[in-house]
Amino acid sequence: MSVSVDPTSVDPSQHHSTPVGGDGSEGAPTSPSAPARETGEELRPHAEDAFAAELAALAAQDDRPRPARWRMSPWAVATYLLGGTLPDGTVITPKYVGPRRIVEVAVTTLATDRALLLLGVPGTAKTWVSEHLAAAVSGDSTLLVQGTAGTPEEAIRYGWNYAQLLAHGPSRDALVPSPVMRAMAEGMTARVEELTRIPADVQDSLITILSEKTLPIPELGSEVQAVRGFNLIATANDRDRGVNDLSSALRRRFNTVVLPLPESADAEVEIVSRRVDQIGRSLDLPTAPDGIDEIRRVVTVFRELRDGLTADGRTKLKSPSGTLSTAEAISVVTNGLALAAHFGDGVLRASDVAAGIQGAVIRDPAADRVIWQEYLEAVVRERDGWKDFYRACREVGA
Amino acid sequence: MSGILPEAERAEGVGRGPGPLLLGVRHHGPGSARAVRAALEASSPRTVLIEGPPEADALIALAADEGMQPPVALLAHVVDEPGRSAFWPLAEFSPEWVAIRWALEHDVPARFIDLPATHTLAWGREEAPDGSATPDGPDADGEPGTSGTGPSADPGTGEPETPETAGSGAAEEAIRIDPLAVLAETAGYDDPERWWEDVIEHRGLRDGDAFAPFEVLGEAMGALREAYGTGGHERDLVREAYMRLQVRAAQREFGDDVAVVCGAWHVPALRQRTTVAADRALLKGLPKAKADMTWVPWTHRRLSRVSGYGAGIDSPGWYGHLFSTADRPIERWMTKVAGLLRDEDRLVSSAHVIEAVRLADTLAAMRGRPLPGLTETTDAVRAVMCEGSDVPLALVHDKLVVGDVLGEVPASAPAVPLQRDLARIQRRLRLKPEAQERELELDLRKENDAERSRLLHRLRLLGVEWGEPVASRGSTGTFRETWRLRWEPELAVRVAEAGVWGTTVVAAATAKAETDAVGAGSLADVTALAERCLLAELPDALPVVMRILADRAALDADVGHLAQALPALVRSLRYGDVRGTGTQALAEVAAGLAERVFVGLPPACAALDADAAEEMRGHVDAVHGAVGLLGEGEDEDDEDEDSAASESGGKGEPKSEPDIGAESEPDVGAGSGAEAGSGSGSGSGASFGSPGSPAGSGPRAGIRGRWHAVLGTLSGRDTVPGVIRGRAVRLLLDDGELAQDEAARLMGLVLSPGTAPGDAAAWIEGFVGGGSGGGMLLVHDERLLGLVDAWLTGVPGDAFTDVLPLLRRTFSAYEPGVRRTLGELVRRGPGTRGSAMAASSGIPGFAPDLDAERADAVLPVLRLLLGLDETEGADDADDNDLVGVAR
Repeated sequence: MSVSVDPTSVDPSQHHSTPVGGDGSEGAPTSPSAPARETGEELRPHAEDAFAAELAALAAQDDRPRPARWRMSPWAVATYLLGGTLPDGTVITPKYVGPRRIVEVAVTTLATDRALLLLGVPGTAKTWVSEHLAAAVSGDSTLLVQGTAGTPEEAIRYGWNYAQLLAHGPSRDALVPSPVMRAMAEGMTARVEELTRIPADVQDSLITILSEKTLPIPELGSEVQAVRGFNLIATANDRDRGVNDLSSALRRRFNTVVLPLPESADAEVEIVSRRVDQIGRSLDLPTAPDGIDEIRRVVTVFRELRDGLTADGRTKLKSPSGTLSTAEAISVVTNGLALAAHFGDGVLRASDVAAGIQGAVIRDPAADRVIWQEYLEAVVRERDGWKDFYRACREVGA
Repeated sequence: MSGILPEAERAEGVGRGPGPLLLGVRHHGPGSARAVRAALEASSPRTVLIEGPPEADALIALAADEGMQPPVALLAHVVDEPGRSAFWPLAEFSPEWVAIRWALEHDVPARFIDLPATHTLAWGREEAPDGSATPDGPDADGEPGTSGTGPSADPGTGEPETPETAGSGAAEEAIRIDPLAVLAETAGYDDPERWWEDVIEHRGLRDGDAFAPFEVLGEAMGALREAYGTGGHERDLVREAYMRLQVRAAQREFGDDVAVVCGAWHVPALRQRTTVAADRALLKGLPKAKADMTWVPWTHRRLSRVSGYGAGIDSPGWYGHLFSTADRPIERWMTKVAGLLRDEDRLVSSAHVIEAVRLADTLAAMRGRPLPGLTETTDAVRAVMCEGSDVPLALVHDKLVVGDVLGEVPASAPAVPLQRDLARIQRRLRLKPEAQERELELDLRKENDAERSRLLHRLRLLGVEWGEPVASRGSTGTFRETWRLRWEPELAVRVAEAGVWGTTVVAAATAKAETDAVGAGSLADVTALAERCLLAELPDALPVVMRILADRAALDADVGHLAQALPALVRSLRYGDVRGTGTQALAEVAAGLAERVFVGLPPACAALDADAAEEMRGHVDAVHGAVGLLGEGEDEDDEDEDSAASESGGKGEPKSEPDIGAESEPDVGAGSGAEAGSGSGSGSGASFGSPGSPAGSGPRAGIRGRWHAVLGTLSGRDTVPGVIRGRAVRLLLDDGELAQDEAARLMGLVLSPGTAPGDAAAWIEGFVGGGSGGGMLLVHDERLLGLVDAWLTGVPGDAFTDVLPLLRRTFSAYEPGVRRTLGELVRRGPGTRGSAMAASSGIPGFAPDLDAERADAVLPVLRLLLGLDETEGADDADDNDLVGVAR
């Protein structure tokens, strides 16, 4: 299960936005009993601090071979993420609830010194997994580059301290290393968030780093060579529109792991309703008594369109171009609640979410509209108890 | 090599003890196969005994034939009932196959020693008194853990689609103990398959002792059998008793130089010391059925569990690879995968291969496996070569992990049951295979003829082109079929090949149709297949085909494809009606398809060039025809609405055929045009008053109503090419959904000076062009003709040359008589157009007024002909009139 988090919320159990923002809405597939997270501090501790006890216990009892500069063996890293009980009885909480295969492939990739690319739609815990991988492998999850449309090359390679530069000329002292450069020099794990948001030319500066494992500094006539233990974890949305797709040269240097969406509808309904409740309270919206049915409907619509298959598995559907992530479902329901509270009778109804759903589904006005109409006519119209929803959607204007 | 094979035990097992050499294997295990070959090489026995039906002994020699290519299967079937059969599939990497080939190569006699198929097939009959025979004897079998592999009866072939069969099979499985699962669990594996692979299949023969693995495995199995007995397979006792007797007989003949290749599960039983008398007693009173055996070609796909056949291995392609590669299996496998992906235009470099191998190796180490297995290689391929996507991975699975290998059987193999079944049917239907070409007329209303037709259609599905359908002479009725028959010698080969699909013509055709549907390239292919399934009456294949059809339709974004598929589907519906086949599923799919077309058509019609527009117009016509047929079965109230609309409009429309009621309509049309027009105008307004919304007439309106709404949308949208707009208006007009006045108004709009002449000419082409009987429309409605005339004379000179070709095409398609009439009307000039009444009197061959008496006289005959009651008669007569005009 994964949880999508809206940055506006303050949720003691899941407040882990990324330092620099971005969509920052990566999920927290964690058990509610995660230690050291009930403190209610304003800023969240890093993974390596929050789970310091677990990491220490794992490292202490780990007798398997470790790759150079790894804090623990790959097996221990997998256990750290997936949870388990150590020989001495220490309980390791699961950080990621999902297919074991995914974690194993991810950890193994890091062990083979190939860079790891975590793909997935928003809300599938990419950032979360990458942070915990870095914390477990290198004991430091802070060597982070946040990708944005404005990320400059300096953020990946190095910058200059201009005061030093002007006063003393180019020297190592005047150089401001990027997190990637530091990771290379110290044999640590670097992280790049939202790789596909970074402009293509900046992205490509990673190619040398990943293939030659070296970062030349022509200004000083020297270079930084990566020491053993260096690796890089990148995350990217694979269904976002308007991203800078990776060049094939760069793509070739990554092993790709796709993080899946929540497996069951119930899990997703649970995530959505909990988040909606929290957001609603923070926005002082009156609570809706029977919202759960409508939430289930929204989640069903989202899941069906996303999977291209109706919930009963009988009918195939086309999938629209939008991501239809759990995070969007949350926003649709929240909007609906606001509508119901301010302009309706306070009860969340089909008409309150219809417009929101349509907006989320129809991203491409031509193709998606057809898909949405097909869905309405072929699936919604025939479904028992969905008449009100069908009518509401038609009213919104198809 | 791991947990359960400790060193001590292995040391003990070195060399071979006294008694026959028992080689316990997993059926279809490449490691087992390799070990068997090594053991046979090392011991050079004087005879090889193999688990399998002894009736096949005579067929063993065929395995050496050049024409024999695994995968093949031994097929046993009851002589009189080809439908009751059992298969023992053998792949290249099956230990049994290896043993057979070894024996043949070394000129050593090989024998099958399992219980004869005579008994196992008879068991099947006893078990299923209701006739749904589950010939589960031979191998629902010893190695449930080795995934019920082995010379495996195929519980599905009897009645592949009987749910009870599957159900009982599953229940049986559940109460059985899975010996391998127990062993695997003991060794700390959660998946018995993986354990087996790690311990047995993936091991090389590094330690040199060819017999050790068998010794150790035999002991492990012995421990299991002590703990669990037969594990729920009571029949194994009987089979093992028979095997023991056979082994003893061989021992008398050859001494201890006897090798036995059988499922590992049976090894302890064969080692057991029992008295001959006890074994005989067990075999007493077994039921018998006359059984026949032969080799049939098999495929990798059928070896795989996916296809539901009993052989039961997930990954025949992978196993085949493991068996056939001498060294570095992972590296070679990755190279194969890369080659496949490159063929599909994916960018896969050697660097990818290297990284994939590295990742697979590391994953295996991380998971504690001696060698990367299929799971690790698949994970590595996904992460490195497929960019995390499962789509190309599915291709890898399909083409490599399962594989497309098709076996071959020499022509000298005995006839397959399919041939016998065919021969029997041919006798029964008195349809002799003759080399001479002849034509056969079938009247499908006769039972015998209908069966003949079905047989020919089924054979065609199986690729046995004995008959070729030709156009019927003189009759277009759906109950008549004409075939050109010609039996050519190679068709016998085709029948033999088709034997792989099943043992009877029906079962084989069903299986073939289902497979074809899954592999069909385009939507139209699936539709055509559905049609053929109906013709061949394969009701069991239809659900599968329908499901795939629905899936394809749902995912196909090209309205053109959907529109092409719809008519064939509706045609199939009609055929199904004629032949009394259940077509409920078909109707649902057709309705769904129509719905998708409705939604997708308006956007698809925007921004088309001339050619695409012409094509789309064809689609619109096709869909219109299909919807007409489809709508016949629609709900009543809608029908009423429709007929009411067309009745009210019908009066105002001059669309009665001129040949019969020649003098009747035109003047009425012109004279009462305003009145009738307003009447039907208001009627049709309801259904497409708001052209922007396809559901303007309410979500529940019938399929015709929705189609009319779509046409309304098309006719009113400027981005839609003229030819389609014109066509839409025309179709609405013909259906009485649009009043004459309204049509004239729309035409006036299009032909007004603001519209580009090219577009206007296209509109005219769509409205009255082609073979749609548009000429008659112009003849009868002078307002329309006048509009065209006025527009044409108003087209500027330079634009005129542009529109001329299109106009020529439009008008040259008219019949000469119509052209002449039009010409005369135009020559008479616009002066008379003011009064339609007066004008009509001038039309040659038309009386000034309707002769009601003579018209009424025709009606009873018409009703009689059409077999319709009052209201429908009126409605349909209208439609037919229209058709009359159109043709």
